[in-house]
Amino acid sequence: MTTTTKAVGAPLARIEGPEKVSGRARYAAEYPVDGVAHGWIVPSPVPRGRLTAVVADPTGDTMAVLWHGNAPSLAAVDDPELAVLQSDRISYRGQPIALVVADTLEAARRAAQVLHLEIEAEEHETVLRADHPGVYEPETVNPGYPAATVHGDVETALATADVTVDVTYSTPALHNNPMEPHATIARWDGDDLTLYDSNQHPSGVAATVGEIFGVDRVHVITEHVGGGFGSKGTARPNAVLAALAARVTGRPVKVVLPRQAMFSMVGHRTPTLQRVRLAAGRDGTLSGIDHQAYSQTSRLYEFAEQTAVVTRHMYAAPHRRTGHHLLRLDMPTPRWMRAPGEAPGMLALECAIDELAEKLGMDPIELRIRNEPSAEPESGVAFTSRHYVECLRRGAERFGWSGRDPRPARRREGDWWIGTGVAGATYPTMAQPSTARVRALPDGTFEVAIGATDLGTGARTILVQIAADALDVAPERVRIRIGDSTLPRASVAGGSSGSASWGWAVTGACRSLRDTGRDEVTFDSTELVQRQETEGRHAYGAHFAEVRVDAVTGEVRVSRLFGMYAAGRILNARTARGQFLGGMIMGMGMALHEEGVLDPAMGEWVNHDLAGYHVPVHADVESIEAAWLDETDDRINPMGSKGIGEIGIVGSPAAIVNAVWHATGIRIRDLPVRLDKILDGLPAS
Amino acid sequence: MKTFAYRTAVTPADGLEPGAVFLAGGTNLVDLMKLGVATPDVLVDVNKLPLDEIADLPGGGLRIGAGARNSDVAADPRVRRDFPVLSEALLAGASGQLRNVATTGGNLLQRTRCRYFMDASKPCNKHTPGSGCPARDGDHRDLAILGASASCVATHPSDMAVALAALGATVRVDGPAGRRVIPVTGLHRLPGDTPERDTVLEHGELITAVEVPPLPFAHRSTYRKARDRASYAFAVGSVAAALDVHDGVVRDVRLAWGAVAHRPWRAFAAEERLRGRPATRAEFTAAADVELAAAEPLRDNAYKINLLRRMTTAVLERLAEGARR
Repeated sequence: MTTTTKAVGAPLARIEGPEKVSGRARYAAEYPVDGVAHGWIVPSPVPRGRLTAVVADPTGDTMAVLWHGNAPSLAAVDDPELAVLQSDRISYRGQPIALVVADTLEAARRAAQVLHLEIEAEEHETVLRADHPGVYEPETVNPGYPAATVHGDVETALATADVTVDVTYSTPALHNNPMEPHATIARWDGDDLTLYDSNQHPSGVAATVGEIFGVDRVHVITEHVGGGFGSKGTARPNAVLAALAARVTGRPVKVVLPRQAMFSMVGHRTPTLQRVRLAAGRDGTLSGIDHQAYSQTSRLYEFAEQTAVVTRHMYAAPHRRTGHHLLRLDMPTPRWMRAPGEAPGMLALECAIDELAEKLGMDPIELRIRNEPSAEPESGVAFTSRHYVECLRRGAERFGWSGRDPRPARRREGDWWIGTGVAGATYPTMAQPSTARVRALPDGTFEVAIGATDLGTGARTILVQIAADALDVAPERVRIRIGDSTLPRASVAGGSSGSASWGWAVTGACRSLRDTGRDEVTFDSTELVQRQETEGRHAYGAHFAEVRVDAVTGEVRVSRLFGMYAAGRILNARTARGQFLGGMIMGMGMALHEEGVLDPAMGEWVNHDLAGYHVPVHADVESIEAAWLDETDDRINPMGSKGIGEIGIVGSPAAIVNAVWHATGIRIRDLPVRLDKILDGLPAS
Repeated sequence: MKTFAYRTAVTPADGLEPGAVFLAGGTNLVDLMKLGVATPDVLVDVNKLPLDEIADLPGGGLRIGAGARNSDVAADPRVRRDFPVLSEALLAGASGQLRNVATTGGNLLQRTRCRYFMDASKPCNKHTPGSGCPARDGDHRDLAILGASASCVATHPSDMAVALAALGATVRVDGPAGRRVIPVTGLHRLPGDTPERDTVLEHGELITAVEVPPLPFAHRSTYRKARDRASYAFAVGSVAAALDVHDGVVRDVRLAWGAVAHRPWRAFAAEERLRGRPATRAEFTAAADVELAAAEPLRDNAYKINLLRRMTTAVLERLAEGARR
């Protein structure tokens, strides 16, 4: 069903690249808007309580100080985090409880700092524990899976197995920190609302904000976005507060989140505690898998991360069990962060598999291959394509795995212990309904319009490539318009589904225009997307890491990181590489650097800036490479593409953690792996 | 940010009006002003003062102007040749962009990065005297194991200062009350019950230069920094050392630690223990342990004792090996 391709697959440079590197590309907060005022969000200084009064300095240089005592009423929507300034209830530290508006950013910020808040603080709880009496099993986990599954009898399998592994891994709170923080400029013209807003879904933001203010015409402009990682998937409080303040003051209002607010107001990856139990025969054949995941949510909203869902389809085993357990805390609501579910889940599963390989005295790649399923193990449905084993084998060749001494703490080079590790990767292949419009213009070019967003990934460029091939013209003849809620409605840039969803609609529109000879075609993919059969749609990969651990200090550095993927047709070799590498680097951060450090007494992650919350810097990235198989899959979408935005962070942390064990003999089961956890166990030099 | 006045300093001895602070590179002060942790009424810009020279001192020492930028000091051929520990320490700190702006005086006077100090919404005896120290029971993995108090467990974050402490450098100070010279090891205070005061400087006193005295064996000196990522991170522990070995015996040694105390920690007791003893691994470790005997770690930073012991041993061993070659 695919046509001969010309543009798709080519390593086209980002078409907006020159605009970005020359500074001409405008991000949300950069639009010049006459008379704009500045809003500064006042975060709650306590994790739980009631705000009873807000007293502003009467001599202060402010236009408005909004709080629940004077803010206009807003309509409630699904996301209670958006009911800003509507209640006296404080549900977490950092929650927006007031907004100061002033002529300058500095004046607004200062007034916010000295604002007098009267708060009745209450006892709070902020620590996730598996044995907390409040732990409960949710009905479903995101985005609608059953919380628990049971197949066969895993306890008997464990009791009768030759070899078992029973390990608990923990991951800390992780925080989406796109380079561009969340930002909004809001302007009202009568009941027409314009938002310049940084998000992953302009039409979704328009609909939500419209509902909140009871208006129909909300125009969201999202031309360029400096990253999102899931945190901009829906409207955030900044958009509502900017619109609210603009309504009250009669001025356009700009609200830009400071870095500190990125740790509370826009979601985070929940901390997890994960117990994985494996039962296997001497030959490595798994007879049982049990994966129980504990995570937290807020008092406001049940967000249930699907941590153990990935275990339902990764490896074959007759007896299996997965479960999810939640605890509500006086903490911010977790949300999506790059590969929610898969990233933490595969950390625990793939480290446990490595521990099993050690116990069996078996190569960890061979162990994985031994347990390759022929269909989805729990559902029994067929895979549209699955080339996991090929990723492991071909990746091992490229990485130079063969001849590896499986014993830990054997390789010493100068001051460093050296080790290598491997882990699998997978991510669901998804698509959502979208609509695209194409017009044949008199000058021989074509205008393709779709309300998609480009988070910096190259989405805009890929849509041009897809359109060019579907129209059978050169990419130079295609003009693309995205990033605007008034364009045909597109799905969210999330779940690694953007290219598939939008590309499907663009393909449909362009082919129809080409075939019918009409000047303009609008194509809605809803019916096609919903007609898909129930099949196992997943991308796969294998990650390989070589680390060195300083024999004196225990400092860990990643000398080599390699990913081999099978992710359908790769639409743009250049931007795909960036996606894979970006995911792998973020995986390195998850393994070694990133941690929201909770102070239970304060009820807050106290390292809430980029000096305290470490992500990898350039010097941490040494040799890193991604490669992919030429995978053909005609059953997923017209392009044959699978999502690639998230798979790089799935399994790469486990490969690094496993390599640290191989280098030192030390299993670190609480992330991140850092020198203070390694130091005392380092082998004698 | 609180509204402030701005003026330019005319001479180093100008002094400061009440509520005023000096502004040099601004890489730390401006951040603190945005956060509302520093709320000066007046900024007195010292960048125009002619304080950026690096000059030879008789006998092989150097006078480094307080306005000399970190990048320039790190790259100075004399510093690299005679005091490599100083160049290495500077290059281990911050980022290239920050080092291009940050000054020698400002680097010494930068404030702790303790997370509670950096957040005006939280208690902290350093930014709000008497409000308490949540770090003792809270997050203190990066904080002090030596010389701390019930009021404050902050660390001084500078790498450069650790090298200067090891080298026995002094600070030249000017002010309305006249000039004075203070050893770098005596510039920063221990917190005691007045942690709001980082240093012994009086209001209005300005550092004009740092003097590094001649130290012939410092051409064999080094700085080692342990950190949580490869670059652009404050130390979790660091060692500055110079070693003079003759016939296998330690003739002299200079040793200072970073990220362990409210000031760059000159390990005088360890030095004392080592002088005249064999330059062996066991002696190096024993010397580190003499110094570390005074350590009072908190719940989550006891690892620093082992870290400093191992790093000190390794650094001195490396210097001793170099001396044998």
